[in-house]
Parts: sequence; structure tokens; C-alpha cells
Amino acid sequence: MDTLNILLIGFISIVVVKNLVFTKFLGICPYLGVSGRIDMAFGMGMAVTFVVTLSGTLTWMIDNWVLMKLGLEVTRYVCFILVIAGAVQLVEMYLRKFFPSLYESFGIFLPLITTNCAILGLCLFLNLWNINSLLEAVVVSFGAGIGFTMAICIMAGIRENLNMADVPKCLKGAPITLITAGILALAFMGFAGMIR
Amino acid sequence: MTDKSEVRTALYGQTLIAGLWRENPVFRLLLGMCPTLAVTAAVKPALTMGCCVIFVLLCSNIIVSLMRNLLKPHLRILMFTLTIATFVTIADLFLKAFVPEMSETLGPYVPLIIVNCIIICRAEACASKNGLIISVIDALGMGVGFTLTLCVLAGVRELLATGAIFEIQILALLKEGGWFVPWAAMGMPVGAFITLGLMLGLVNVITKKDA
Repeated sequence: MDTLNILLIGFISIVVVKNLVFTKFLGICPYLGVSGRIDMAFGMGMAVTFVVTLSGTLTWMIDNWVLMKLGLEVTRYVCFILVIAGAVQLVEMYLRKFFPSLYESFGIFLPLITTNCAILGLCLFLNLWNINSLLEAVVVSFGAGIGFTMAICIMAGIRENLNMADVPKCLKGAPITLITAGILALAFMGFAGMIR
Repeated sequence: MTDKSEVRTALYGQTLIAGLWRENPVFRLLLGMCPTLAVTAAVKPALTMGCCVIFVLLCSNIIVSLMRNLLKPHLRILMFTLTIATFVTIADLFLKAFVPEMSETLGPYVPLIIVNCIIICRAEACASKNGLIISVIDALGMGVGFTLTLCVLAGVRELLATGAIFEIQILALLKEGGWFVPWAAMGMPVGAFITLGLMLGLVNVITKKDA
């Protein structure tokens, strides 16, 4: 019961309270780049969720079972980035084989998941927040992906409507998207303090 | 001979200026957004972050430019990333050793320089195609442009959030007998998004006038 409680709180906290996009500013590039259409945003969110769960789990295992045992923490960043690049490569091959149309529409953004700060950021946060069981690491990584998907889908929904809005000329495009993101972040601040 | 060197100097100057304004990484290329938003609550961390980025950008551009002829096309991104990761580790350890409290404030955003798009973009677009000197100048221009942008953004946010710049009080606070009521929101994520959005708008207005 206790474990379940910790897992549930960890999951909710990473999805809404410590949402990577709104409170940690991670993954802003795809957040601004792909959030034009809601179906693409959802696909991107799913791809990121998969990669982040996989690489979060793997890096946690490598970090705790190999690097810390051998005293090789110095090489942490290099190892993490290699794991992430490998995971992205896997997703890319899988999508190209089974969902070629989705693969086409992602274009450059798929390899760019490697340099999505949300993923490396989460791997580093797992270490920073002293998460000390494998199960918890898996749940938190998955929650981070869900939180990212939620953020990018909300944004895409708003931007589809924004196309019809009368925005001042100099604010068209990226500026108004950032301002919208600011207001969304304000809304998500309401969740702060919900847990601890 | 002098003609050639003049042309070359002009090219160097242009590369330098491009990073500062015409191709400013934050305002014009929209690269490196996460550190831009995350560390700009105050000027000091922003400046430290900027210096780290200049260091990493300079070193990785030098290395990439030197090994550009040895790279296989399909392996190059991996090599770039590994080079960058190595230098970021150096910068991170340096900060931890000499300015531990600053390293604490910046937290995971220093290792996140690895996935900062500016550095990979410059390695790909400039250093892997050009010689050593151009790469160094490009790194300096881009790095300084990035740092300046961070500092301007952090200056606006710190001034409005606490009435101070560089921790020196400029506006007299209401609770100390002055008139200024700090905008708490400016120090939070909201402030970062909205300030940057409005700044991009401002840059758009200015460049429209130029054209």
C-alpha cells in the first residue's frame, strides 16, 4: 500500500505539479515547433513518452548499478546521451517500418528527439531527486512523457484556434505562442503545493 | 595580396556580427530556448550560464573544425554530441569546484548544455564546413550574442521581480519606504515565457523598420 501510494503521488506530481514543460522549461523546442496541429502533436508526444520511459529506465539502471558502483560518475553525461541516442534510433527504425506516413510527417523532428532537453533533463532529475527504486524510476519517467504529451496537445488545441484570432502583426508566430505558454504556465501554477 | 586579406577580414567581421544580431541564436533562430527561459530569473546565473556556453561552443567548434575531414557523414552527429558532452562535463566539474553555490542554482541546466541546439547547430552549420579561424570567430559571435540576450532578458526579469539588477537595489521597495511593488510573477515561469514573447515581438518591430 505504501509503495503504491508513493508511486501514485510520484506520477501525479510529475504530470501536473512538476510538469517538465511549464515548471522546468524542458522540451521547449518541439513544444514550439510541432504544436501546430493536434494529431502531429499527439504523435510527437507518444514518441517522446516512449523514448523517455525507455531511456529514463535504462539510464537509472546504468547510473545506479554500474557507474556508482565503479566510481565512474564523471562519465555520466556521456553515457546518458549515448543511451538516449540509441533509444531514438530504435523508435525511428520502428516508425519507418510500421507507420511510414507518421514517419514522413515528423521529418527532422524525429532525430531531434535526441536533443530534446526533456529527455536528458528527466534522466538528470531522476538522479537529483534521489529516486531509489527501479519501479519508481519507471513510473516517474512514464509520467514525464504523459505530462509532455498533455502540455503539447493543449498547446496544439489552442494554436489551432489562434490561427483564426486577430493577433497583432509583430506578435504572429513564435511570440504569441510563448505568451500563450506563459498564461498556461500560470494556470498550471495552481497545482503547485498540491503535493508537499 | 592585401586585397585578399581585406576580403578575409571583412568575412571575419561579418561572421562575428551575424552571431550578435542578424542571426542572433535566441531572437532570430529560436535556438536554445530552455536555458534562455530557465536561468534568466536573475542576471548572475544568466551570466554564468552564458560563459559556460561560450566555453563549450568555442572548444567544440575547434575540435569539430579540426576533425571535419575525418568524419563519416552518418556518424557525425554522434561525434558532435560526444565532443560536446565531454566539454560540458569539464565545465560542470569546474563550476562545482570553484563556484559551488552557483552550480547549485543552475542545477541540471549546466549538463543540459549538451542538448542545447545552438551548439549542435553551429557544429553542423559552421564548424564542420569551415576552417579553424572562421569556426572560432563564429563560436565567439554566437556565444557572446547568446550571453547578451540572456543578460538582457534576465535584467528585465530581475528588475521587475525584485527591483534590483545584479543584486544591487535600483528601485526602492514599498516595504522599505519606497514605491515599487515587486512583481512576484516575473521570477516564476510565467514571467519567463511572457517576457521572451514580448521581446521577440519587439525585435520583429525593430527589424521591420530596418528592412
